[in-house]
Formats: sequence, C-alpha cells, structure tokens
Amino acid sequence: MTTFHAAEQGLAGLELMAKIREFERRMPLLSDEGLIRGSTHPSLGMEAVAVGVSLALRDDDAIASNHRGHAHTLAKGADFGRTMAEILGRADGYCHGKGGSMHIGVKELGVLGTNGIVGAGIGIATGAALASKMKGDDTVAVSYFGDGASNQGVLAEAFNLAAIWKLPVIFVLENNHYAQSAAIEDMVAQIDLSRRGEAYGVPSFSGDGMDLAEVYELASAAVARARAGEGPTFLVLDTYRYLGHMAGDTEIYRSADEVEAAKKNDPIEKLLGQLIEQGAITTEGWEAMTARVFAEVEAAEQFARKSPFPDPAEAFTDVYAKETQG
Amino acid sequence: MNTQTKDLVTWRALNAAMHDILESTPEAFVLGEDITTWGTGGGTYGVTRGLRKKFGSGRVMDTPISEEVLLSAVSAAAARGTRPILEIMYSDFSFLGFDGIINQAAKARYMFGGQFDTPLVIRSNGGSGIGKAAQHSQSLETLFAHIPGLEVVVPGTPGDAYGLLRTAAASDNPTIFLEHKNQYYDRGPVDFTPIPFGQARIAREGTHATIVATQQILAYSMAAAEELAAEGIEVEILDPRTLYPFDMDAVYASVGKTRHLVVGHEAVRDYGWGAEFVAQTVEAAWDKLDAAPVRVGGARVPIPYSQPLEEVVIPSKDDIVAAVKRTLA
Ligand SMILES: Cc1ncc(C[n+]2csc(CCOP(=O)(O)OP(=O)(O)O)c2C)c(N)n1
Repeated sequence: MTTFHAAEQGLAGLELMAKIREFERRMPLLSDEGLIRGSTHPSLGMEAVAVGVSLALRDDDAIASNHRGHAHTLAKGADFGRTMAEILGRADGYCHGKGGSMHIGVKELGVLGTNGIVGAGIGIATGAALASKMKGDDTVAVSYFGDGASNQGVLAEAFNLAAIWKLPVIFVLENNHYAQSAAIEDMVAQIDLSRRGEAYGVPSFSGDGMDLAEVYELASAAVARARAGEGPTFLVLDTYRYLGHMAGDTEIYRSADEVEAAKKNDPIEKLLGQLIEQGAITTEGWEAMTARVFAEVEAAEQFARKSPFPDPAEAFTDVYAKETQG
Repeated sequence: MNTQTKDLVTWRALNAAMHDILESTPEAFVLGEDITTWGTGGGTYGVTRGLRKKFGSGRVMDTPISEEVLLSAVSAAAARGTRPILEIMYSDFSFLGFDGIINQAAKARYMFGGQFDTPLVIRSNGGSGIGKAAQHSQSLETLFAHIPGLEVVVPGTPGDAYGLLRTAAASDNPTIFLEHKNQYYDRGPVDFTPIPFGQARIAREGTHATIVATQQILAYSMAAAEELAAEGIEVEILDPRTLYPFDMDAVYASVGKTRHLVVGHEAVRDYGWGAEFVAQTVEAAWDKLDAAPVRVGGARVPIPYSQPLEEVVIPSKDDIVAAVKRTLA
C-alpha cells in the first residue's frame, strides 16, 4: 500500500471524494422524485479513480468519460450546481438541458463529454491526444471506461493508433466487476486486462482503484510519460460500485453480502485512516469537513432545483454552426 | 405454443413470440447484452424473460458489449444455416456494427449471386418520449429502409408485435425489427398467428382524409381522429407495419376514397420514409388527390434531454390535427 506523503493533496482529495459521494448519493433520491429523466448512473465507491487521476491533471488537459461520468466531470473541476442542473434538465446546466446525465460536456475544463455509447470515449480521448500532438502543446487526454467497454472493438484500434503515433493519452479502465448485469468473469477469458495493452505496445499497469494515493501515483507517472512525448499508458484500476448500475436497478445479478463485503474496502475510509495516521487530519477536522461538504452539495442541489427549464425554442438551436433553414 | 387470443402488453406479446419461435425452430437462437439477468431477468424491457430457463444457455446467450462483432457474426452464422435473433439494447447502438448489417448481411445474397441466405433478425427499439436523450432515442427505421436487402418492421400494437416477429423469424432475409420504447406497456389483443409482411392494417375507417402512421405517431393519430370526428372530420388511419416491403396498394385504395393524404412518423421528417409514401402516391395516384399531401415528422434535431425540449421536437396530436386540416383546407 502506498501512502500519501503530500498531506495537503490528500486532504484536497479527501474533500473532493466526499463531495462527489454526497452528490451521487442524491441521484437515486432525485430520480425517485421524478426529477431525473431517462437513466442516471451513480458511482458511489468509485471516487478514488476519478479524483486520483484528476489530481494528476491540469485544467487544460482533456477527459472523455462514459455513462457513469458525474465523478469524472466533477473531479475535473466542474461546478456542482451546474452539473446537477444539467442532470435535472435545467437552463443553468452546462448544456442548457440538452444533454442530461449521460451527455455533460464542459469545454473550458476539457471535458469532452460523458457519453451514452459504451466505449465511445476511448476513440474520443485518442482524438484529443492527436490534437495535442498536431498542435504541439503538452496537454494530455484521459479516457475513462469500464470493464464492459473494454470488449468494444474500438479499444484495439485506439491502442494501436496511440502506440504507433505515441499519442499523449491515458486509458483508464475502471474495473468495477460488472457491466450492467454481466459479471466480468463471464465476459472475458483473460481476466488480467492489462495484458491487452501490452499486446499493442502500450505500457500497462494494474492498481488498487480504492486507494487514492496509488491511483494518483500511477496517473502521475502516466501523465509525465505523455507530456514528455513517450506515448500512451493503460491503467487497469480495480474498484467496485456500491449502488446498482442505474437508478431503479433490481440488482438480481449480485448478492447484498458481496456489496457489503466490498464496502469494507471503502476509498474514503481508507484515505481518512491514512491521513489520521499521518496526523494530517483529526476526527474533529473530518467532522467539520463532512459538514462543509454537506452544505456545499445541498447548496448545489438547491441551485439546480431553482434553475428554470429551458425555453422550448432552444430545442432548435445548435444543430449547425451556422443555423441552416429547414 | 400459444393459441387462444389474449389481451397482453407489448413486451409479453414479444416474449410469447420469442418463446414460440425458439420452440418451433431448432435453428433459432437468441443473443444480446444483459438479456438473462438484467431487470426482472429478461433484459431492459422483459422481452427475453424466462427464455434461458426454458431453452438453456446454449440457445439464449448473454454477450459482451461488442456490437460490432455481433452484428457481423450473426450474418455469417445465418449464412451457415442458423437463425440468429440478436437483441440490440437500443437501436442507436447498431451504428457500431453498420458494416455487419449493411455491407455484409444485407448484400451477401446479392453479391454472391443468390447462393446465401442470411435469415437473421435484429430486434431493437427506437423512439423518444422518456428522456433518454440524443444517443438512446433515435428513430432509425428510415435509415434501414433505405438499404436494399433489408426488411424493416415497425409494430405498433401488441398483436402486430407478436405476429410480425413470428414472420421475421421465419423470413430468409435479414430483418430489422424495431420496437418503440414507449409502447412496451401498451395493452391489446394478441391472436398468436404470424402476420405477413407488406400488408398495411386499417386502424380506423374514415372518408375525409387518410393518415399513414406508425407506432407512437399512430397512437397520437388515433387520438387526433377522435378530436377531428367531434368536428365532423372522419379520418382513415393506415398502419403500414412494415416499411420494407411496404403496401402502397392499401394507400392508393384509401386515398381513392378520401382524396387526402397525411403521413406521420417520429423519425426526422426531412428525407424520412413519409416522403417516400407521398412521392409514390403522387407518382402513381396523382388523379386520386384533391390536395397536396402533408408530412408530419420529427424535427431535424438530435433528441434533447430536457422534457420541454423533447416535447417540441416530436410530433404531437395537435400537429396531426393541424396537418389534416391543412390538407383539407
Ligand atoms: C454501444 C452501447 N452498448 C450498450 C449500451 C448499454 N449499456 C450502458 S452501460 C452498459 C454497461 C457498461 O459497463 P462498463 O463499461 O463496465 O461500465 P460500468 O457501467 O461498469 O461503469 C451497457 C451495456 C450502451 N450504452 N452503448
């Protein structure tokens, strides 16, 4: 186990993870209230991946996310209120209500969208990295995707392209052991997914996705490689999602015992323990932090609830760069 | 095998059809993502519920998320003597495997001089209305209907869902079977007999104008007809049920009676299948029309997420009423 020596970064990471958890905890409740349409996919339990990777990134780096993308977006710096407003389909949302939970993009933060197409972000991050190379800047791109998405063909093409062109892209596989109801053991024969990267000449590493410090160190090394022009890295991070695949999931494919057992390895508890041991935070400090987190997310929710719905006329804008008459 | 007529919701009608197909056709097998342990044990909408228990994991199979290989593989599996039924969770995901559908399955018979049949069914759903946003709400039936070699089915009632799926499974052509995600809980009579492709159904008889419409827009048209009837306008409503093959004779016959035509669908109106029906009517039955036909269809925008936005891009009952009045004006 790696520990955080940089206490300051650890504290920032802890607070961000707690905020994301509080945000995501509210998703099923808002969904039950009928405020969220379509589907929404919370990521409780998976906070350390998004936060650990983001701590290694700059504002001008890019990320491409997937259907379970709130945490990735928030960790990259998105405003909690505007993100929530988008999920509720409101005018103050980042996409003015056009996108919703599965399609949140934030240009100024390099968030190239959460995505409703499983695996799509793999190609998108590869393209963002191509842009970095073409422009000659030192920005990097991260693709977050699941174990399920790793079975899409685009992964093979992206690995090869990124490897031959030495693109500054980091492929982050969040292995939460399920793709909707499909257990990873039933869907791949070679369970060590990192070997797929090796096969294409993409340096690959496996790590504990429940340990913020470990994620951060792996991501930092990958980012350094990418910025230095050394090409892509593949990170396979082991994690778990506490809630169902989406709000309303019956979860007939796994047992409550299994979920409870996984929670014993909680990333927030783990980091908190590490930080207390280092003397970076006290129990009282943690209580103050959770109170602050609760208040901030509550304010974000109130902002989103109060935001108006978009004007229906907005449905017809933004289809083309220059509005074309139909 | 089921025999007596029953009232069922659409997903149960489809489930019964899948059951009867697997029971009567040893070459048939069913595959798709999350079709056995998701939801209540039968995929997103229950269509495959109970099938693995009855027919076993050798004929009802969960797949990885790999649309590209699946859509290509079913083509060859069919050419080699099996009858795959592939469920694509949302039709939007079929784009990942368009090569398999369009360049392989649809063309194999033709390219190879008629040596191969590719008797496969791709079952999926389309349509909007429940906030699934731009990547899970498209109506792609026109796109598929444009491709030579494919059959395209768009059932609008539980009875049609059962009967047309039986025919799709028996067809020696690759068939795209598109359910509507907002109609899985619609209830109606099912008489458990196959329904031939290319035969429109008269959903309502009338004398003043003909509406040709499918799925959700068909339902809105039925509601519009009530409203119009209160004003003394009796519309006739045709459900084409299959967009390829399609039943122009039924349209000509109806227009011969009503002399007015409105075509409605949820797919984007511009370049949509409605334009094809209008064009064929104008070309072949110009003399039967007293006024220009009118098209009603989705706006030329991706489907937005927020409810007030989604509502205005899908045709409504009021749009259909207005269209009928326009052609009658
Ligand atoms: C191309 C495509 N196929 C199928 C789906 C339906 N779907 C949405 S999420 C999901 C499971 C994804 O699993 P994974 O990639 O492991 O991510 P996780 O949900 O575990 O975070 C599936 C099958 C989709 N959205 N897009």
